[in-house]
Amino acid sequence: MEGGSAIGSASTLSNDENLVVSSEDSSSPTENGLELRLTLSLGRKGYRDCRVSHVDDSSSSSSATPSSLSRASVTAGIKRTADSMAPTSGQVVGWPPIRTYRMNSMVNQAKTLAMEDPNTEVRQEVNNNRDDATKMRSSMFVKVTMDGIPIGRKIDLNAHKCYESLSNTLEDMFLKPNTVSSTQETDGHLETRLKILPDGSSGLVLTYEDKEGDWMLVGDVPWRMFIGSVKRLRIMKTSEATGAAKMNL
Amino acid sequence: MNYFPDEVIEHVFDFVTSHRDRNSISLVCKSWFKIERYSRQNVFIGNCYATSPERLLRRFPCFKSLTLKGKPHFADFNLVPHGWGGFVQPWIEALARSRVGLEELRLKRMVVTDESLELLSRSFVNFKSLVLVSCEGFSTDGLASIAANCRHLQDLDLQENDIDDHRGQWLSCFPETSTTLVTLNFACLEGETNLVALERLVARSPNLRSLKLNRTVPLEALARLMACAPQIVELGVGSYEDEQDSESCLRLQAAIRKCTSLRSLSGFLEAAPHCLSAFQPVCHNLTSLNLSYAAEINGSHLIRLIEHCKKLQRLWILDSIGDKGLEVVASTCKELQELRVFPTDLHGGGNAAVTEDGLVAISAGCPKLHSILYFCQQMTNEALITVAKNCPNFIRFRLCILEPHKPDHVTSQPLDEGFGAIVQACKNLKRLSVSGLLTDQVFLYIGMFATQLEMLSIAFAGDTDKGMLYVLNGCKKMRKLEIRDSPFGDAALLADVNKYETMRSLWMSSCEVTLGGCKRLAQKAPWLNVEIINENDNNRMEEENGYEGRQKVDKLYLYRTVVGTRVDAPPFVWIL
Repeated sequence: MEGGSAIGSASTLSNDENLVVSSEDSSSPTENGLELRLTLSLGRKGYRDCRVSHVDDSSSSSSATPSSLSRASVTAGIKRTADSMAPTSGQVVGWPPIRTYRMNSMVNQAKTLAMEDPNTEVRQEVNNNRDDATKMRSSMFVKVTMDGIPIGRKIDLNAHKCYESLSNTLEDMFLKPNTVSSTQETDGHLETRLKILPDGSSGLVLTYEDKEGDWMLVGDVPWRMFIGSVKRLRIMKTSEATGAAKMNL
Repeated sequence: MNYFPDEVIEHVFDFVTSHRDRNSISLVCKSWFKIERYSRQNVFIGNCYATSPERLLRRFPCFKSLTLKGKPHFADFNLVPHGWGGFVQPWIEALARSRVGLEELRLKRMVVTDESLELLSRSFVNFKSLVLVSCEGFSTDGLASIAANCRHLQDLDLQENDIDDHRGQWLSCFPETSTTLVTLNFACLEGETNLVALERLVARSPNLRSLKLNRTVPLEALARLMACAPQIVELGVGSYEDEQDSESCLRLQAAIRKCTSLRSLSGFLEAAPHCLSAFQPVCHNLTSLNLSYAAEINGSHLIRLIEHCKKLQRLWILDSIGDKGLEVVASTCKELQELRVFPTDLHGGGNAAVTEDGLVAISAGCPKLHSILYFCQQMTNEALITVAKNCPNFIRFRLCILEPHKPDHVTSQPLDEGFGAIVQACKNLKRLSVSGLLTDQVFLYIGMFATQLEMLSIAFAGDTDKGMLYVLNGCKKMRKLEIRDSPFGDAALLADVNKYETMRSLWMSSCEVTLGGCKRLAQKAPWLNVEIINENDNNRMEEENGYEGRQKVDKLYLYRTVVGTRVDAPPFVWIL
């Protein structure tokens, strides 16, 4: 789920899950059922102890006293420490009341401006806006599509602080409850997405399109850098991803 | 008793177009009811779950235009989870099966699929106009079917929808023989379009009045498009990057000068700051200007343009214009009726771009102002009282102070008196959004004075149930009440159950209402759908039976309906 409920998988965060890439050997996986698990490398140092940024549950905010919704919490930036897991210091969902479309537009513009030459006077002013805009503690929705599923979904990237929680949420989103797992071919071991190659073991990988329009494998760069350049996500077949990887890396 | 034959009465009814007036007419007598229902052309359904397609067709067999709204307003801010509802498919299926000659479909906050669009495009020979606002669930493939199959299409108007862009050739799907386009708005699409197909389409559409491009249409394409369509009245500029190619700029300026009918400018989704100057030749005729997406254009450029827009009636702008910029607006735009100022900096620190001073300046300078949406970081009672005195004509007044619970920044008092002044002075106020630190007192004022109020949005306000009760008891014309993060509970909810029959809907999230209270309400009012949206732990409420009465409800959405419980609710929605 996107938005406030994206933290549904928070409870699984402490497990080192061996997420497995399953195979799909048909061109229309939806017919055979599809069980998707995304492979994540848990060997990367920086991401092991990541925290999910709690987008504030509405129910918890209702019991919050006015002071906890004071300036401090409302202006909380994206950065979180371990202490800030308490829901009351989280973001306020749906505030300020600005349409998602407009919010996303602002975030995208902030990212574009971040890439521009910061030397001109105008750019300076605009960079101030950019800094503020990127500190927005509101949602940042990007599209997620998966090969074989006609309509994409949206996911709030600001509800996550690391790749693992992102992958958990995507799993929840695209994992079908009544899977026919007859075609599942499991790889029992972990691999980093970088290393997934078509060695006869096919599967799915998570990729993203960056600001330049290139498709990259998710997980290569530090999370903040990823957030700053991601435009949309795509869960694609490994075979296609390799082609892209070869081009970009 | 009728002294005229039916045809004459029907002819008279033709002059009555507002659906509310027609609803009133139909209540006069059986004969008028019958004449009215056969002659109604435009049907408006404000809540798609309040009735059903079957009932629509039974009552109005001859309509041509249908407006449907789905999700509640707070869905715009992500408070309604994905999959809640608002599906248009059953409506289109039912209409397709019937013999309705549908010509226009206007949807807001509904889930539309490619399948729906395909069915729509094939089922109604005379279909002319599709307007989708804040909808989702479809892709450019659906647009392709509309383009390909609707031979007489005049309007394709896509406003702020969430569309899966397959970067395909949907624009090429308009047949070469299609020359009827009047409105083409695809500003919300993210992907590249076929520019050649677009140009050809525009060139063969002599009736095209409104063209709104998306961000991937570059400057030189814009120049060519405007040269093909000098008759354009509304233009949404897509991308206007800092072009080194001066030839494109010159061509654009030449094209703009020929667009003597241009009255509305919008877009500038990716805009370099200097680009506005190219539009100066048309400024003096502009009545509508939307620069609220142009984050890269700073205040001084905005001001330089607005100084020439003396006929402006509608202005949507970012707060980067500043108080000084608003003063320029106030002294220049004497015809201004609607103003929206959106924030660029959401987290309340740093540049205080617009303050209460800007609002006061506008109210003092623009005598025709009747609608305002104003985002700011600070406000005072004194300013609001002044605004109320200057502008007693407000119909819509929406003030959003970014920080919840923020008091008057000079006196540290709640803003009760300020909003009180607004509702007391503005006797025609129909829509109000309040913010900042507010006690029950403001609701006492609203209940007392806001006699025409139809829509009220409350967030982080009030102290006790009394606040909500003042509103429910006082505002006789209330139709939509939406409340979040305010301490109103069961006592207020249950005080006057019959009130909800006079309203379209009530939304309460993160308030103090309990499951027990909602159940009691549902029992007392079987003509209401009482929906609990509970995303978090679906089973939790069922298990704790002993405590369920006191279990706080996350989100409550209730609405009157004549067709009972809806059958398409997802598992996380409980209909009591």
